[in-house]
Amino acid sequence: MPERRNTGLSQPIAIRVNGLRKSFGPLEVLKGVSLTAREGDVVAIIGGSGSGKSTMLRCINFLETPSGGEIEIAGEKMLMKTDGLPADKRQLEKARQSLGMVFQNFNLWTHKTVLENLIEVPVHVLKVPKAEAIERARALLKRVGLAEKEDAFPAFMSGGQQQRAAIARALCMNPKAMLFDEPTSALDPELVGEVLQVIKGLADEGRTMILVTHEMRFAREVSTHVIYLHNGVIEEEGPPEQLFGAPKSDRLKQFLKTVG
Amino acid sequence: MTCPPPAQIPALELLGFGECGWGATLIWGLGNSIVIALGAYALGFAIGICGAFGKLYGGPIAKDLLGVYTTIVRAVPELVLILILFYAFTGLLNDVLLAWGYDRIQISPIITGIVVLGVVQGAYQTEVLRGGILAVPAGQIEAARAMGMPSGVVARRIILPLMTANALPGLANLWLNATKDTALLAVIGFSELTKATYQASATTKAFFVFYPAAMCLYLLISLTSTFLIGRIEKWARRGQRDVRG
Repeated sequence: MPERRNTGLSQPIAIRVNGLRKSFGPLEVLKGVSLTAREGDVVAIIGGSGSGKSTMLRCINFLETPSGGEIEIAGEKMLMKTDGLPADKRQLEKARQSLGMVFQNFNLWTHKTVLENLIEVPVHVLKVPKAEAIERARALLKRVGLAEKEDAFPAFMSGGQQQRAAIARALCMNPKAMLFDEPTSALDPELVGEVLQVIKGLADEGRTMILVTHEMRFAREVSTHVIYLHNGVIEEEGPPEQLFGAPKSDRLKQFLKTVG
Repeated sequence: MTCPPPAQIPALELLGFGECGWGATLIWGLGNSIVIALGAYALGFAIGICGAFGKLYGGPIAKDLLGVYTTIVRAVPELVLILILFYAFTGLLNDVLLAWGYDRIQISPIITGIVVLGVVQGAYQTEVLRGGILAVPAGQIEAARAMGMPSGVVARRIILPLMTANALPGLANLWLNATKDTALLAVIGFSELTKATYQASATTKAFFVFYPAAMCLYLLISLTSTFLIGRIEKWARRGQRDVRG
Protein backbone atom coordinates (compact mmCIF):
# COMPACT_ATOMS: atom_id res chain seq x y z
CA MET A 1 0.00 0.00 0.00
CA PRO A 2 1.28 3.49 -0.78
CA GLU A 3 2.45 5.58 2.14
CA ARG A 4 -0.41 8.05 1.71
CA ARG A 5 -2.71 5.70 3.57
CA ASN A 6 -1.27 6.97 6.77
CA THR A 7 -1.97 10.65 6.62
CA GLY A 8 -1.43 11.11 10.32
CA LEU A 9 -2.66 13.80 12.62
CA SER A 10 -0.13 16.35 11.45
CA GLN A 11 -2.11 17.20 8.30
CA PRO A 12 -4.45 20.20 8.45
CA ILE A 13 -8.16 19.48 8.65
CA ALA A 14 -9.94 19.79 5.31
CA ILE A 15 -13.49 19.06 6.40
CA ARG A 16 -14.92 18.72 9.86
CA VAL A 17 -18.52 17.88 10.65
CA ASN A 18 -19.59 18.06 14.27
CA GLY A 19 -22.86 16.86 15.77
CA LEU A 20 -24.72 17.22 12.48
CA ARG A 21 -28.46 16.76 12.69
CA LYS A 22 -31.00 16.83 9.87
CA SER A 23 -34.76 16.37 9.88
CA PHE A 24 -37.18 16.22 6.99
CA GLY A 25 -40.37 17.33 8.71
CA PRO A 26 -40.93 14.99 11.65
CA LEU A 27 -38.45 12.45 10.29
CA GLU A 28 -34.98 12.78 11.79
CA VAL A 29 -32.52 11.26 9.33
CA LEU A 30 -29.27 12.39 10.98
CA LYS A 31 -29.10 12.30 14.75
CA GLY A 32 -25.81 14.00 15.50
CA VAL A 33 -23.02 12.64 13.30
CA SER A 34 -19.42 13.82 13.20
CA LEU A 35 -16.56 13.34 10.81
CA THR A 36 -13.06 14.70 10.36
CA ALA A 37 -11.22 14.54 7.06
CA ARG A 38 -7.61 15.69 7.11
CA GLU A 39 -5.84 16.58 3.88
CA GLY A 40 -5.16 13.40 1.95
CA ASP A 41 -7.81 11.39 3.76
CA VAL A 42 -10.28 9.26 1.87
CA VAL A 43 -13.34 8.83 4.05
CA ALA A 44 -15.86 6.26 2.89
CA ILE A 45 -19.41 6.47 4.21
CA ILE A 46 -21.29 3.20 3.96
CA GLY A 47 -24.69 2.09 5.15
CA GLY A 48 -28.01 0.71 4.04
CA SER A 49 -30.66 2.52 2.09
CA GLY A 50 -32.17 5.31 4.19
CA SER A 51 -29.28 5.31 6.65
CA GLY A 52 -28.66 9.01 5.94
CA LYS A 53 -25.31 8.67 4.20
CA SER A 54 -26.18 10.79 1.15
CA THR A 55 -27.88 13.38 3.33
CA MET A 56 -24.75 13.62 5.47
CA LEU A 57 -22.61 14.26 2.39
CA ARG A 58 -25.06 16.78 0.96
CA CYS A 59 -25.14 18.73 4.21
CA ILE A 60 -21.40 19.36 3.94
CA ASN A 61 -21.90 21.74 1.01
CA PHE A 62 -25.39 22.77 2.13
CA LEU A 63 -27.28 21.14 -0.73
CA GLU A 64 -29.34 20.00 2.22
CA THR A 65 -29.88 22.52 4.99
CA PRO A 66 -28.62 21.07 8.29
CA SER A 67 -31.03 21.21 11.22
CA GLY A 68 -28.17 21.53 13.68
CA GLY A 69 -24.48 20.99 14.25
CA GLU A 70 -21.33 22.52 12.86
CA ILE A 71 -19.52 22.30 9.55
CA GLU A 72 -15.97 23.47 9.02
CA ILE A 73 -14.34 23.63 5.62
CA ALA A 74 -10.59 24.28 5.28
CA GLY A 75 -10.47 25.60 8.82
CA GLU A 76 -13.34 27.99 8.31
CA LYS A 77 -16.53 27.46 10.27
CA MET A 78 -19.57 27.78 8.03
CA LEU A 79 -21.82 30.50 9.35
CA MET A 80 -25.37 29.30 9.84
CA LYS A 81 -28.58 31.01 10.84
CA THR A 82 -30.62 29.47 13.63
CA ASP A 83 -32.65 27.50 11.10
CA GLY A 84 -29.47 26.03 9.60
CA LEU A 85 -29.60 28.12 6.43
CA PRO A 86 -26.24 29.53 5.36
CA ALA A 87 -25.78 32.99 6.85
CA ASP A 88 -23.07 34.21 4.49
CA LYS A 89 -23.72 33.59 0.80
CA ARG A 90 -20.21 34.62 -0.25
CA GLN A 91 -18.62 32.30 2.26
CA LEU A 92 -20.78 29.40 1.11
CA GLU A 93 -20.04 30.04 -2.57
CA LYS A 94 -16.31 30.08 -1.85
CA ALA A 95 -16.55 26.89 0.19
CA ARG A 96 -18.53 25.18 -2.57
CA GLN A 97 -15.95 26.23 -5.14
CA SER A 98 -13.34 24.40 -3.09
CA LEU A 99 -15.41 21.20 -2.90
CA GLY A 100 -15.79 19.21 -6.11
CA MET A 101 -19.09 17.36 -5.99
CA VAL A 102 -19.83 14.30 -8.11
CA PHE A 103 -23.45 13.13 -8.24
CA GLN A 104 -25.08 9.77 -8.69
CA ASN A 105 -26.83 10.99 -11.85
CA PHE A 106 -23.82 12.93 -13.21
CA ASN A 107 -25.84 16.14 -13.66
CA LEU A 108 -23.80 17.39 -16.57
CA TRP A 109 -25.54 20.40 -18.10
CA THR A 110 -27.41 19.00 -21.05
CA HIS A 111 -27.32 22.15 -23.17
CA LYS A 112 -23.55 22.37 -23.08
CA THR A 113 -20.88 20.22 -24.69
CA VAL A 114 -18.44 18.37 -22.47
CA LEU A 115 -15.81 21.08 -22.86
CA GLU A 116 -18.36 23.83 -22.16
CA ASN A 117 -19.42 21.94 -19.03
CA LEU A 118 -15.85 21.88 -17.80
CA ILE A 119 -15.04 25.55 -18.38
CA GLU A 120 -18.42 26.99 -17.34
CA VAL A 121 -17.67 27.83 -13.73
CA PRO A 122 -13.95 28.60 -14.15
CA VAL A 123 -14.70 31.10 -16.92
CA HIS A 124 -18.02 32.59 -15.83
CA VAL A 125 -17.61 32.57 -12.07
CA LEU A 126 -13.91 32.35 -11.23
CA LYS A 127 -13.01 34.59 -14.22
CA VAL A 128 -10.17 32.37 -15.41
CA PRO A 129 -9.12 33.44 -18.93
CA LYS A 130 -10.96 31.25 -21.42
CA ALA A 131 -7.88 29.96 -23.23
CA GLU A 132 -6.33 28.92 -19.94
CA ALA A 133 -9.53 27.18 -18.81
CA ILE A 134 -9.80 25.30 -22.10
CA GLU A 135 -6.21 24.15 -21.90
CA ARG A 136 -6.76 22.87 -18.38
CA ALA A 137 -10.07 21.24 -19.34
CA ARG A 138 -8.46 19.41 -22.27
CA ALA A 139 -5.70 18.08 -20.03
CA LEU A 140 -8.29 16.79 -17.57
CA LEU A 141 -10.40 15.21 -20.30
CA LYS A 142 -7.33 13.44 -21.55
CA ARG A 143 -6.66 12.21 -18.06
CA VAL A 144 -10.15 10.67 -17.69
CA GLY A 145 -9.89 9.21 -21.20
CA LEU A 146 -12.35 11.52 -22.94
CA ALA A 147 -10.00 13.61 -25.08
CA GLU A 148 -11.98 12.91 -28.24
CA LYS A 149 -15.35 13.68 -26.60
CA GLU A 150 -14.91 17.38 -25.86
CA ASP A 151 -17.52 18.48 -28.43
CA ALA A 152 -20.07 15.79 -27.55
CA PHE A 153 -23.29 16.59 -25.73
CA PRO A 154 -23.83 14.55 -22.55
CA ALA A 155 -27.04 12.90 -23.81
CA PHE A 156 -25.02 11.16 -26.51
CA MET A 157 -22.50 9.56 -24.15
CA SER A 158 -22.63 6.42 -22.02
CA GLY A 159 -23.20 6.71 -18.29
CA GLY A 160 -19.58 5.87 -17.58
CA GLN A 161 -18.36 8.56 -19.97
CA GLN A 162 -20.74 11.09 -18.47
CA GLN A 163 -19.57 10.33 -14.95
CA ARG A 164 -15.91 10.61 -15.98
CA ALA A 165 -16.71 13.96 -17.61
CA ALA A 166 -18.49 15.04 -14.41
CA ILE A 167 -15.39 14.14 -12.39
CA ALA A 168 -13.27 16.17 -14.81
CA ARG A 169 -15.69 19.08 -14.40
CA ALA A 170 -15.26 18.94 -10.63
CA LEU A 171 -11.47 18.75 -11.02
CA CYS A 172 -11.48 21.76 -13.32
CA MET A 173 -12.26 23.88 -10.25
CA ASN A 174 -9.03 22.71 -8.65
CA PRO A 175 -10.96 21.66 -5.54
CA LYS A 176 -9.40 21.17 -2.12
CA ALA A 177 -11.58 18.13 -1.55
CA MET A 178 -13.97 15.96 -3.53
CA LEU A 179 -17.40 14.75 -2.48
CA PHE A 180 -18.69 11.65 -4.24
CA ASP A 181 -22.38 10.81 -3.82
CA GLU A 182 -22.78 7.19 -4.94
CA PRO A 183 -20.87 7.87 -8.15
CA THR A 184 -21.42 4.41 -9.64
CA SER A 185 -24.94 3.59 -8.46
CA ALA A 186 -26.64 4.71 -11.68
CA LEU A 187 -24.23 2.88 -13.95
CA ASP A 188 -24.56 -0.39 -15.78
CA PRO A 189 -22.31 -2.98 -14.10
CA GLU A 190 -19.84 -3.08 -16.98
CA LEU A 191 -19.30 0.69 -16.76
CA VAL A 192 -18.60 0.81 -13.03
CA GLY A 193 -14.95 -0.19 -13.41
CA GLU A 194 -13.89 2.71 -15.64
CA VAL A 195 -15.30 5.24 -13.16
CA LEU A 196 -13.81 3.56 -10.10
CA GLN A 197 -10.45 3.51 -11.82
CA VAL A 198 -10.55 7.29 -12.24
CA ILE A 199 -11.55 7.78 -8.60
CA LYS A 200 -8.79 5.42 -7.49
CA GLY A 201 -6.31 7.46 -9.46
CA LEU A 202 -7.39 10.57 -7.58
CA ALA A 203 -7.10 8.81 -4.24
CA ASP A 204 -3.63 7.59 -5.13
CA GLU A 205 -2.41 11.09 -5.85
CA GLY A 206 -3.42 12.08 -2.34
CA ARG A 207 -6.62 13.97 -2.92
CA THR A 208 -8.90 14.50 0.00
CA MET A 209 -12.25 12.91 -0.58
CA ILE A 210 -15.45 11.84 1.06
CA LEU A 211 -17.13 9.01 -0.72
CA VAL A 212 -20.62 7.62 -0.26
CA THR A 213 -20.65 4.25 -1.92
CA HIS A 214 -22.19 0.81 -2.21
CA GLU A 215 -18.99 -0.64 -3.64
CA MET A 216 -17.58 -2.29 -0.53
CA ARG A 217 -14.50 -3.77 -2.14
CA PHE A 218 -13.65 -0.39 -3.57
CA ALA A 219 -14.24 1.38 -0.26
CA ARG A 220 -11.92 -1.05 1.43
CA GLU A 221 -9.29 -0.56 -1.24
CA VAL A 222 -9.14 3.24 -1.41
CA SER A 223 -10.31 4.59 1.93
CA THR A 224 -8.25 5.63 4.93
CA HIS A 225 -11.26 5.76 7.19
CA VAL A 226 -14.70 4.15 6.99
CA ILE A 227 -17.91 5.29 8.63
CA TYR A 228 -20.85 2.92 8.91
CA LEU A 229 -24.13 4.78 9.29
CA HIS A 230 -27.31 3.19 10.50
CA ASN A 231 -30.58 5.05 11.08
CA GLY A 232 -28.84 8.40 11.24
CA VAL A 233 -26.16 7.52 13.76
CA ILE A 234 -22.59 6.35 13.30
CA GLU A 235 -22.78 2.72 14.35
CA GLU A 236 -19.10 1.99 13.85
CA GLU A 237 -16.06 3.67 12.33
CA GLY A 238 -12.37 3.07 11.90
CA PRO A 239 -9.70 2.06 9.42
CA PRO A 240 -10.98 -0.11 6.56
CA GLU A 241 -9.04 -3.23 7.64
CA GLN A 242 -10.76 -3.10 10.99
CA LEU A 243 -14.28 -2.33 9.75
CA PHE A 244 -14.30 -4.80 6.93
CA GLY A 245 -11.94 -7.33 8.47
CA ALA A 246 -13.16 -7.42 12.05
CA PRO A 247 -16.45 -5.59 12.40
CA LYS A 248 -17.60 -5.27 16.01
CA SER A 249 -21.27 -4.36 15.84
CA ASP A 250 -23.83 -6.96 14.87
CA ARG A 251 -25.55 -4.54 12.54
CA LEU A 252 -22.40 -3.94 10.54
CA LYS A 253 -21.69 -7.65 10.38
CA GLN A 254 -25.21 -8.21 9.13
CA PHE A 255 -24.88 -5.33 6.61
CA LEU A 256 -21.58 -6.61 5.22
CA LYS A 257 -23.09 -10.05 4.84
CA THR A 258 -26.06 -8.77 2.84
CA VAL A 259 -24.03 -6.54 0.51
CA GLY A 260 -21.48 -9.31 0.10
CA MET B 1 -56.08 63.20 -61.09
CA THR B 2 -59.18 62.10 -59.28
CA CYS B 3 -59.97 58.47 -58.93
CA PRO B 4 -62.95 56.90 -60.69
CA PRO B 5 -65.68 55.45 -58.47
CA PRO B 6 -64.18 52.47 -56.63
CA ALA B 7 -66.50 49.99 -58.29
CA GLN B 8 -64.78 50.72 -61.62
CA ILE B 9 -61.26 50.16 -60.34
CA PRO B 10 -59.81 46.65 -60.83
CA ALA B 11 -59.05 44.78 -57.60
CA LEU B 12 -55.31 44.71 -58.19
CA GLU B 13 -55.21 48.44 -58.61
CA LEU B 14 -57.22 48.87 -55.39
CA LEU B 15 -54.55 46.87 -53.59
CA GLY B 16 -51.73 48.60 -55.42
CA PHE B 17 -49.59 51.53 -54.45
CA GLY B 18 -50.90 53.86 -57.15
CA GLU B 19 -52.87 57.01 -56.49
CA CYS B 20 -56.14 55.12 -56.30
CA GLY B 21 -54.69 52.10 -54.46
CA TRP B 22 -54.81 51.35 -50.75
CA GLY B 23 -51.68 49.23 -50.67
CA ALA B 24 -49.66 51.80 -48.77
CA THR B 25 -52.37 52.08 -46.11
CA LEU B 26 -52.47 48.32 -45.64
CA ILE B 27 -48.69 47.98 -45.48
CA TRP B 28 -48.53 50.86 -43.00
CA GLY B 29 -51.14 49.05 -40.90
CA LEU B 30 -49.20 45.79 -41.17
CA GLY B 31 -46.03 47.58 -40.07
CA ASN B 32 -47.84 49.03 -37.06
CA SER B 33 -49.23 45.62 -36.17
CA ILE B 34 -45.77 44.04 -36.31
CA VAL B 35 -44.11 46.82 -34.31
CA ILE B 36 -46.80 46.60 -31.62
CA ALA B 37 -46.69 42.81 -31.51
CA LEU B 38 -42.88 42.82 -31.19
CA GLY B 39 -42.90 45.53 -28.56
CA ALA B 40 -45.73 43.97 -26.55
CA TYR B 41 -44.10 40.55 -26.76
CA ALA B 42 -40.75 41.88 -25.58
CA LEU B 43 -42.38 43.77 -22.71
CA GLY B 44 -44.44 40.69 -21.91
CA PHE B 45 -41.27 38.57 -21.86
CA ALA B 46 -39.55 40.95 -19.46
CA ILE B 47 -42.60 40.91 -17.19
CA GLY B 48 -42.89 37.15 -17.64
CA ILE B 49 -39.28 36.42 -16.62
CA CYS B 50 -39.57 38.60 -13.52
CA GLY B 51 -43.02 37.18 -12.79
CA ALA B 52 -41.96 33.56 -13.17
CA PHE B 53 -38.86 33.90 -10.97
CA GLY B 54 -40.87 36.02 -8.53
CA LYS B 55 -43.61 33.42 -8.27
CA LEU B 56 -41.10 30.62 -7.75
CA TYR B 57 -38.41 32.23 -5.63
CA GLY B 58 -39.95 35.48 -4.36
CA GLY B 59 -41.16 36.39 -0.89
CA PRO B 60 -44.78 35.90 0.18
CA ILE B 61 -45.84 39.44 -0.75
CA ALA B 62 -44.31 39.26 -4.24
CA LYS B 63 -45.96 35.88 -4.77
CA ASP B 64 -49.38 37.21 -3.72
CA LEU B 65 -49.13 40.32 -5.88
CA LEU B 66 -48.09 38.28 -8.90
CA GLY B 67 -50.91 35.85 -8.20
CA VAL B 68 -53.43 38.71 -8.26
CA TYR B 69 -51.92 40.07 -11.48
CA THR B 70 -51.97 36.81 -13.42
CA THR B 71 -55.41 35.85 -12.12
CA ILE B 72 -57.10 39.11 -13.03
CA VAL B 73 -55.42 39.61 -16.38
CA ARG B 74 -56.14 36.06 -17.47
CA ALA B 75 -59.72 36.15 -16.21
CA VAL B 76 -60.87 39.29 -18.01
CA PRO B 77 -61.44 39.36 -21.80
CA GLU B 78 -58.55 41.05 -23.54
CA LEU B 79 -60.80 43.54 -25.25
CA VAL B 80 -62.12 44.73 -21.90
CA LEU B 81 -58.58 44.93 -20.53
CA ILE B 82 -57.49 46.97 -23.51
CA LEU B 83 -60.33 49.43 -22.99
CA ILE B 84 -59.68 49.66 -19.24
CA LEU B 85 -55.91 49.93 -19.55
CA PHE B 86 -56.09 52.38 -22.42
CA TYR B 87 -58.36 54.82 -20.59
CA ALA B 88 -56.96 54.10 -17.13
CA PHE B 89 -53.33 54.25 -18.25
CA THR B 90 -53.57 57.52 -20.15
CA GLY B 91 -56.01 59.00 -17.64
CA LEU B 92 -53.87 58.10 -14.64
CA LEU B 93 -50.71 59.37 -16.27
CA ASN B 94 -52.34 62.69 -17.05
CA ASP B 95 -53.78 62.95 -13.53
CA VAL B 96 -50.29 62.47 -12.14
CA LEU B 97 -48.83 65.00 -14.56
CA LEU B 98 -51.52 67.58 -13.72
CA ALA B 99 -51.04 67.00 -10.00
CA TRP B 100 -47.33 67.73 -10.39
CA GLY B 101 -48.13 70.86 -12.34
CA TYR B 102 -47.26 69.61 -15.81
CA ASP B 103 -49.41 69.80 -18.89
CA ARG B 104 -51.49 66.98 -20.21
CA ILE B 105 -49.70 64.87 -22.79
CA GLN B 106 -50.96 62.80 -25.65
CA ILE B 107 -49.23 59.43 -25.52
CA SER B 108 -48.36 57.97 -28.86
CA PRO B 109 -50.84 55.22 -29.73
CA ILE B 110 -47.97 52.85 -30.49
CA ILE B 111 -46.61 53.18 -26.96
CA THR B 112 -50.10 52.74 -25.51
CA GLY B 113 -50.69 49.66 -27.62
CA ILE B 114 -47.38 48.14 -26.60
CA VAL B 115 -47.94 48.79 -22.90
CA VAL B 116 -51.52 47.52 -22.92
CA LEU B 117 -50.84 44.33 -24.87
CA GLY B 118 -47.51 43.87 -23.06
CA VAL B 119 -49.25 43.78 -19.68
CA VAL B 120 -51.66 41.15 -21.03
CA GLN B 121 -48.81 39.13 -22.56
CA GLY B 122 -46.84 39.38 -19.32
CA ALA B 123 -49.50 37.51 -17.36
CA TYR B 124 -49.62 34.61 -19.80
CA GLN B 125 -45.85 34.50 -20.25
CA THR B 126 -45.36 34.43 -16.47
CA GLU B 127 -47.26 31.16 -16.36
CA VAL B 128 -45.63 29.63 -19.44
CA LEU B 129 -42.14 30.54 -18.20
CA ARG B 130 -42.93 29.31 -14.69
CA GLY B 131 -43.89 25.96 -16.17
CA GLY B 132 -40.67 25.98 -18.20
CA ILE B 133 -38.55 26.64 -15.14
CA LEU B 134 -40.30 23.95 -13.10
CA ALA B 135 -39.54 21.44 -15.85
CA VAL B 136 -35.77 22.01 -15.55
CA PRO B 137 -34.42 18.89 -13.81
CA ALA B 138 -33.41 19.67 -10.21
CA GLY B 139 -30.02 18.02 -10.72
CA GLN B 140 -29.04 20.60 -13.33
CA ILE B 141 -29.57 23.43 -10.87
CA GLU B 142 -28.04 21.47 -8.01
CA ALA B 143 -24.84 20.88 -9.97
CA ALA B 144 -24.51 24.62 -10.53
CA ARG B 145 -25.14 25.48 -6.90
CA ALA B 146 -22.75 22.77 -5.72
CA MET B 147 -19.98 24.43 -7.74
CA GLY B 148 -20.53 27.75 -6.00
CA MET B 149 -22.35 29.56 -8.78
CA PRO B 150 -24.09 32.68 -7.45
CA SER B 151 -27.87 32.41 -7.92
CA GLY B 152 -27.97 35.16 -10.56
CA VAL B 153 -25.48 33.25 -12.70
CA VAL B 154 -27.42 30.01 -12.16
CA ALA B 155 -30.57 31.72 -13.43
CA ARG B 156 -28.86 33.26 -16.45
CA ARG B 157 -26.48 30.50 -17.54
CA ILE B 158 -28.33 27.33 -16.52
CA ILE B 159 -32.04 27.85 -15.82
CA LEU B 160 -32.84 30.25 -18.66
CA PRO B 161 -31.31 28.25 -21.51
CA LEU B 162 -32.73 24.95 -20.23
CA MET B 163 -36.12 26.48 -19.60
CA THR B 164 -36.29 27.92 -23.13
CA ALA B 165 -36.66 24.51 -24.72
CA ASN B 166 -39.53 23.65 -22.36
CA ALA B 167 -41.30 26.97 -22.71
CA LEU B 168 -40.93 27.46 -26.48
CA PRO B 169 -44.14 25.80 -27.69
CA GLY B 170 -46.15 27.89 -25.20
CA LEU B 171 -44.16 31.02 -26.01
CA ALA B 172 -44.73 30.46 -29.72
CA ASN B 173 -48.48 30.28 -29.15
CA LEU B 174 -48.33 33.53 -27.24
CA TRP B 175 -46.37 35.21 -30.01
CA LEU B 176 -49.02 34.26 -32.56
CA ASN B 177 -51.67 35.50 -30.14
CA ALA B 178 -49.77 38.77 -29.80
CA THR B 179 -49.77 39.32 -33.56
CA LYS B 180 -53.51 38.76 -33.70
CA ASP B 181 -54.34 40.68 -30.52
CA THR B 182 -53.04 43.80 -32.23
CA ALA B 183 -56.34 43.73 -34.15
CA LEU B 184 -58.15 44.47 -30.87
CA LEU B 185 -56.45 47.86 -30.80
CA ALA B 186 -58.73 48.88 -33.65
CA VAL B 187 -61.39 49.57 -31.01
CA ILE B 188 -59.31 52.34 -29.48
CA GLY B 189 -58.89 53.82 -32.91
CA PHE B 190 -55.37 52.69 -33.54
CA SER B 191 -54.51 52.26 -37.17
CA GLU B 192 -53.12 48.75 -37.35
CA LEU B 193 -53.82 46.24 -40.10
CA THR B 194 -57.43 45.49 -39.17
CA LYS B 195 -58.38 49.13 -38.82
CA ALA B 196 -56.61 49.99 -42.09
CA THR B 197 -58.46 47.19 -43.82
CA TYR B 198 -61.74 48.45 -42.42
CA GLN B 199 -61.00 51.97 -43.61
CA ALA B 200 -60.09 50.80 -47.09
CA SER B 201 -63.12 48.58 -47.52
CA ALA B 202 -65.55 51.02 -45.94
CA THR B 203 -64.45 53.70 -48.36
CA THR B 204 -64.42 51.53 -51.48
CA LYS B 205 -67.07 48.98 -50.47
CA ALA B 206 -64.66 46.38 -51.85
CA PHE B 207 -64.93 44.14 -48.76
CA PHE B 208 -64.09 41.00 -50.71
CA VAL B 209 -60.86 42.52 -51.89
CA PHE B 210 -59.47 43.95 -48.69
CA TYR B 211 -60.44 41.41 -46.06
CA PRO B 212 -58.97 38.44 -47.95
CA ALA B 213 -55.88 40.60 -48.53
CA ALA B 214 -55.63 41.27 -44.79
CA MET B 215 -56.08 37.56 -44.13
CA CYS B 216 -53.17 36.81 -46.41
CA LEU B 217 -51.00 39.36 -44.63
CA TYR B 218 -51.83 37.84 -41.22
CA LEU B 219 -51.10 34.41 -42.66
CA LEU B 220 -47.77 35.70 -43.93
CA ILE B 221 -46.81 36.85 -40.42
CA SER B 222 -47.82 33.48 -39.04
CA LEU B 223 -45.91 31.45 -41.63
CA THR B 224 -42.76 33.53 -41.25
CA SER B 225 -43.04 33.19 -37.46
CA THR B 226 -43.52 29.43 -37.61
CA PHE B 227 -40.42 29.10 -39.76
CA LEU B 228 -38.30 31.24 -37.42
CA ILE B 229 -39.66 29.54 -34.28
CA GLY B 230 -38.73 26.17 -35.77
CA ARG B 231 -35.14 27.37 -36.14
CA ILE B 232 -35.08 28.74 -32.61
CA GLU B 233 -36.52 25.54 -31.19
CA LYS B 234 -33.90 23.46 -32.95
CA TRP B 235 -31.23 25.65 -31.40
CA ALA B 236 -32.84 25.55 -27.94
CA ARG B 237 -33.02 21.76 -28.05
CA ARG B 238 -29.33 21.38 -28.86
CA GLY B 239 -27.84 18.55 -26.90
CA GLN B 240 -31.17 16.78 -26.46
CA ARG B 241 -31.92 13.44 -27.99
CA ASP B 242 -34.86 13.27 -30.35
CA VAL B 243 -37.35 11.22 -28.35
CA ARG B 244 -39.22 10.18 -31.47
CA GLY B 245 -36.24 7.92 -32.22
